[in-house]
Amino acid sequence: MSEHLETTVKAIQDRFDAQVKLFRGEYTLIIQPEKIVAVASVLRDEFGFNMLMDITAVDYFPKETPRYEVIYQLYSMPFNVRVQLRVPVDHLISKLDTVETVFPVANWKEREVYDLFGIVFNNHSDLRRVVMPSDWVGHPLRKDYPLGYEEVQFSFNFDEIMKNKPQPKD
Amino acid sequence: MGIEQKAGDLGVVTTTLEKAVNWGRTNSMWPILFGLACCAIEMMGAQASNNDLSRFGMELNRASPRQSDLMFVAGRVSRKMAPVVRRLYDQMPAPKWVIAIGDCASCGGVFNNYAILQGVDEIIPVNVYIAGCPPRPEAIIHGVLTLHENVRKERIKDWA
Amino acid sequence: MTDIREVSVNELRHLVSDRALTGETMLLNMGPQHPSTHGVLRLLLELDGEIVVNMIPDIGFLHTGVEKTCESKNYMQSEVLTDRLDYLNPMGNNMVYCMAIEKLAELDVPERAQALRVILVELQRISSHLLWLGTSGLDVGAMSTFLYCMREREVILDIFEMVSGQRMMTTYIRPGGLWRDVPAEFEPAVRSFIDYMPAKIRTYEDLLKKNELFMDRSQGIGVISGEDCLRYGLSGPVARASGLNHDLRKKQPYFGYENYDFDIPVHTTGDVYARYRVRVEEMTQSLRIIEQALNRLPGGPVRSNNRKYVPPPRSELGTSMEALIHHFKLWTEGFSPPVGHVYAVSESPRGELGVYMESDGSPKPFRVHFVTPSFVNLQALPLMCRGLFIADVVAIIGSIDIVLGDADR
Repeated sequence: MSEHLETTVKAIQDRFDAQVKLFRGEYTLIIQPEKIVAVASVLRDEFGFNMLMDITAVDYFPKETPRYEVIYQLYSMPFNVRVQLRVPVDHLISKLDTVETVFPVANWKEREVYDLFGIVFNNHSDLRRVVMPSDWVGHPLRKDYPLGYEEVQFSFNFDEIMKNKPQPKD
Repeated sequence: MGIEQKAGDLGVVTTTLEKAVNWGRTNSMWPILFGLACCAIEMMGAQASNNDLSRFGMELNRASPRQSDLMFVAGRVSRKMAPVVRRLYDQMPAPKWVIAIGDCASCGGVFNNYAILQGVDEIIPVNVYIAGCPPRPEAIIHGVLTLHENVRKERIKDWA
Repeated sequence: MTDIREVSVNELRHLVSDRALTGETMLLNMGPQHPSTHGVLRLLLELDGEIVVNMIPDIGFLHTGVEKTCESKNYMQSEVLTDRLDYLNPMGNNMVYCMAIEKLAELDVPERAQALRVILVELQRISSHLLWLGTSGLDVGAMSTFLYCMREREVILDIFEMVSGQRMMTTYIRPGGLWRDVPAEFEPAVRSFIDYMPAKIRTYEDLLKKNELFMDRSQGIGVISGEDCLRYGLSGPVARASGLNHDLRKKQPYFGYENYDFDIPVHTTGDVYARYRVRVEEMTQSLRIIEQALNRLPGGPVRSNNRKYVPPPRSELGTSMEALIHHFKLWTEGFSPPVGHVYAVSESPRGELGVYMESDGSPKPFRVHFVTPSFVNLQALPLMCRGLFIADVVAIIGSIDIVLGDADR
């Protein structure tokens, strides 16, 4: 593992009171939601993590509170190392600010997280749904959102399903 | 609004007229230039050099639905796309036909979830279904020829 | 089915300029059904005459819910869905998905499988670039490249069909190796392809490289700086055309890419033409990698011997009770990787393709997230298009090589 990554992780741990996890050679920093913008800008400006590759979230409903963790994947092109930031948040009282000001790529990535999980990012310039229709109800990737499975039509239940199936006309 | 309304059911005369009309329809069927997902790539494969769908009078893809008689629904139709597909279908002038290419367009395929329509036949009537994920270009050509066969059997009075 | 919803300008008020409200500029809808949007992309263009003032891309018309569906299937079943994400790069999607599982479970991959993966993924890269070259040539009016490229693409698809039985959605790369060994005809087929292909690439170059019409349509169009590439997270050919020497095959090599001798084509102008140059040169480099991998293709098994994750060969089932139990367990329940999360990355034909995978110790993935290059490429599209003509927008969409299945997932 690179020396630069270790010093970075150490520095962030000390300065922002972050928890550090190491799994399969990947460093994960767990950060409080209020500090995310500060951490992101420090990582970019001081430690050369100049690319944000991804923002996503995981829903731990119903096991944990706060129920979500928002995940940021950062990559440093000059040092060729990656680090992951995790931020535990709740969708009801979100204190999570957008990192759009630090990494413009976050705009759509945060919109996607908002769309699929319903996590609100404060001060976001354009928080609309991105992949679902704009009048869609619910946030599909939440664990309490049903998959929406429809029964498959076989010969034994052909007539039954045919009855309820829409029959479009010209 | 065409020959069928004017000619109606005229018995002997129309059987030959029928043949002429259907022959014309099969040999200059213009598909709409409209691809959705993976199957659109195989559809392009069917129209490109190796398989050359234009042998059957289908070389001209029209970008405008107003100029086309055949719609290939090539790929999965999401709930966001469904109203668009229906509107495109409504804009096509009659007579019009629809071929559902691939499992996703026919029945939802491997995606049985909130986002994908379980078969495009929930929103528009489909004439021919082609199985496969994605179907080979040969299968697409076979589907087109099946449609041509069906069109040849069409009776003018059914249209009127 | 819901009806098409009318969106008033107020909803997009913060995205358009003030002039749009007075009617000075025009808002024009392009897509989702448009011949040059490469699928189902919708663009809302704000136009001043023929000049693009602003552009609002609207995606999601191919949203498939793959990530949600993966959570309800076991690891092996979910792999089938990954093919259909980026449908021009199914082998690469399978590979990165398997890389994530292998990282999570610390599963070994035999050397022969690694080399075959490299060959197949590079073939896939060539086929993807061929389709890109054909369709983006078509966008700027070069019909003949399309016909040539599709012809060569069929050769690659035939090779895929030979190894896996499917032309496009192969699911051939499996966790811990490959589905089965390649047939004996594979090596001669690939060799004849790499002998035949360089002359064909020269033909494409003859058609486009010095073509006045193509150069006029592509040079100085859609320029994006290397700085902006970093800010907008762009990777792959788009970043390499803007002068960033970044390729994960070199930077963070996987499956023995460090042993192959190949160059990373980098151009500095950052326009449509540079992206075209990068991709065509990449095809040549891919051929070099395939040739080297084929020359030192090791023998041996193509699947890991870890029976907890990889099903035993069919022949063992008749003789070994243990093999039968493993077979039964794997095909009914599936395997359960340890609790944890990993992020695996690879270089897809479009850029950095990553998989974030989280396991809770059950046979179903707790969360799978695909980090796809087309999504970020599309986000940067307005940046490249501002101030240009509508006709240039078509060329630029072609040049960033979007696959909507990849962007919407």
